[in-house]
Amino acid sequence: MTIEAIIEIRELTKVYGMGEVQVRALDEVNLTIRKGEFVAIMGPSGSGKSTLMNILGCLDRSTSGKYILAGEDVSDLDKTQLAIIRNQRIGFIFQSYNLLPQTSALENVILPLLYSRNGDLSDAEQAEKALIALEAVGLADRVDHKPQELSGGQMQRVAIARALVNDPVLILADEPTGNLDTRSGEEIMTLMSELHTQGSTIIMVTHDDDIAAYAERIIRLRDGQIETDEQNGGYSPRTTLEEVDHARQ
Amino acid sequence: MRASKVFQIASKGLTKNKLRSLLTMLGVIIGVAAVIIMISISSGTEAAIEEQITGLGTNLVFVQSSFSRGGFGREGGGPSGGLVYDDAFAIAEEINGVTAVVVEQNSSETVKVGDTTLEDVAILGTTADFPSVRDMAIESGRYFNQTDIDRTQKVAVLGSTLAEELFGDTPPVGQLVTVGNTKLTVVGVFEEKGLVGSTDFDSRIYIPITVVFQKFTPSQFARIIGDRVRVIYVEVDSDIPLDEIILQIELLLAKRHEVSLEEPDFVIQTQQDIIQTQEATTSAFRDLLTWVAAVSLLVGGIGIMNIMLVSVTERTREIGIRQSVGASPNDIRYQFLTEALLLSLVGGLIGVVVGIGGAYLFGELGEMRTVIVPSSVLLAFSSAAAVGIFFGFYPANKASQLDPIDALRHE
Ligand SMILES: Nc1ncnc2c1ncn2[C@@H]1O[C@H](COP(=O)(O)OP(=O)(O)O)[C@@H](O)[C@H]1O
Ligand SMILES: [Mg+2]
Repeated sequence: MTIEAIIEIRELTKVYGMGEVQVRALDEVNLTIRKGEFVAIMGPSGSGKSTLMNILGCLDRSTSGKYILAGEDVSDLDKTQLAIIRNQRIGFIFQSYNLLPQTSALENVILPLLYSRNGDLSDAEQAEKALIALEAVGLADRVDHKPQELSGGQMQRVAIARALVNDPVLILADEPTGNLDTRSGEEIMTLMSELHTQGSTIIMVTHDDDIAAYAERIIRLRDGQIETDEQNGGYSPRTTLEEVDHARQ
Repeated sequence: MRASKVFQIASKGLTKNKLRSLLTMLGVIIGVAAVIIMISISSGTEAAIEEQITGLGTNLVFVQSSFSRGGFGREGGGPSGGLVYDDAFAIAEEINGVTAVVVEQNSSETVKVGDTTLEDVAILGTTADFPSVRDMAIESGRYFNQTDIDRTQKVAVLGSTLAEELFGDTPPVGQLVTVGNTKLTVVGVFEEKGLVGSTDFDSRIYIPITVVFQKFTPSQFARIIGDRVRVIYVEVDSDIPLDEIILQIELLLAKRHEVSLEEPDFVIQTQQDIIQTQEATTSAFRDLLTWVAAVSLLVGGIGIMNIMLVSVTERTREIGIRQSVGASPNDIRYQFLTEALLLSLVGGLIGVVVGIGGAYLFGELGEMRTVIVPSSVLLAFSSAAAVGIFFGFYPANKASQLDPIDALRHE
């Protein structure tokens, strides 16, 4: 059985600094990720994890190499076309949440819908969609709260709702639990596992083995190259906090 | 993205920081208000001048002393000393086509009637043809005649406002008024004439010019060279070419004053000359005001650009967040352009209100006359909008070109 590839990258290279000091943040990386996979990317600091995520998330472009996302070659798209891909196909979750300050959770989640190009939704329809996404992350009772009135875990859940609201084919998370305490981190991971069991394709960067344990495949980077790429032996889908706690004992 | 969404995002961006938005608008507010107020002042001035000129009557030639050349600094009139009273008679008698000659001599004195005392009342010493040349009608009594003037009769004719102030309901004709130390008999009262330019014809007292020479502006040289006067109005027959009459007056006065035509001690102006000088002055004034206004709008625009640039820098992270969820360069550009446009439009609207209010207040409280010109309001408002787009473009473009990764990393 062959499962459709969501991501195919071939000899992907990113070089920073075109002057005297050049950094090869990614060095001819080849990688295929199939639909529905939950992948953790690990590796020491500076190994190129964020660089890879940014290119996968169409926030940045590679210096050379090919990137095919859901069957479409996005390697040579211009800024506007990349913006459309980010909007329609990708949900990005950041370590530092990146929510708009002084803006309610609901409005933060609506944000991607404002830049949606496939058919304009009415304000009510937008609010409806955002509300569903907020319910999915368990924040239906916090829609009017502003980021500064929410805990770190809650902010990250708003960010996840925002990533989900446009039904992306790919969810990217760069150290989503990096700013959270263990308990909140586990809550976020439970949510991610839930999304995974519902069929989402997730790629997540982490240095934490406990967090990586949630993924079914672990890729280790070193100096811009893939060091190891293996299935997670101890992987079993866990979707509730009780199961998480149980597994830790 | 829908235009209404762009508008919504932009207006939210502005209301998040109300004080900054207001400060940004200040330049545009001042600029637009300045345009409206200045145009209203210059239009008001023009209207006043136009009235003044029509109020002068037609076919007038003005002869004035000129001290810049000839005998500046010399006391008294006569040879190279400017115009004297007798020049008026000479003009009236010797020049063909002159229908009337009026001489005016101004002063101001305290005027008393019974218990009523008025300080600094304008006194106009003048001659018999004054009412016809300056288009003034007598309401009661009579105007003084040449005999009164020749005999230095102590008589006076009152402006309507002055008559009211001095006598109230009592008929003034036949009563005595004390002007300075001189008692004069009121022989007539003028009809109301109103303001002509800045001159109030109704609050003056009109006295035979000979009485003014003798009592209020005496000169120790008067006996030798005659009484000096500031201006002689000459009314001329419209059938005879004006140039010819002017030349004759010039020749006559040059001979009388013993000066050459190249260096006269007088100037002769026609009504046309005066209109032209006034028009030149007002148009220079208007040009100046237009520049001032244009510069203040420009400064307002630069203010918008400045604050928008600061705003783009401050909100780099917000821009990065928007880009990360799918805002294209155009989405970002339109957002900031719309913010700039909104700032200048709202600023422009406030400026229109301030400008109209200011022009009105200037007219009510100040000495100046103002006329609010609707087209100036439109002009000011649309310039503000243009300024917003023009000066908003650079910051908006800068925002749109930010790299999403750099923008997100910005703190
Ligand atoms: N904008 C940049 N300019 C220059 N070098 C960069 C830039 N971003 C990352 N790098 C370099 O690229 C390498 C990989 O960085 P990054 O992908 O952020 O690593 P990681 O996320 O694994 O810690 C590092 O050596 C880093 O210093
Ligand atoms: Mg990183």
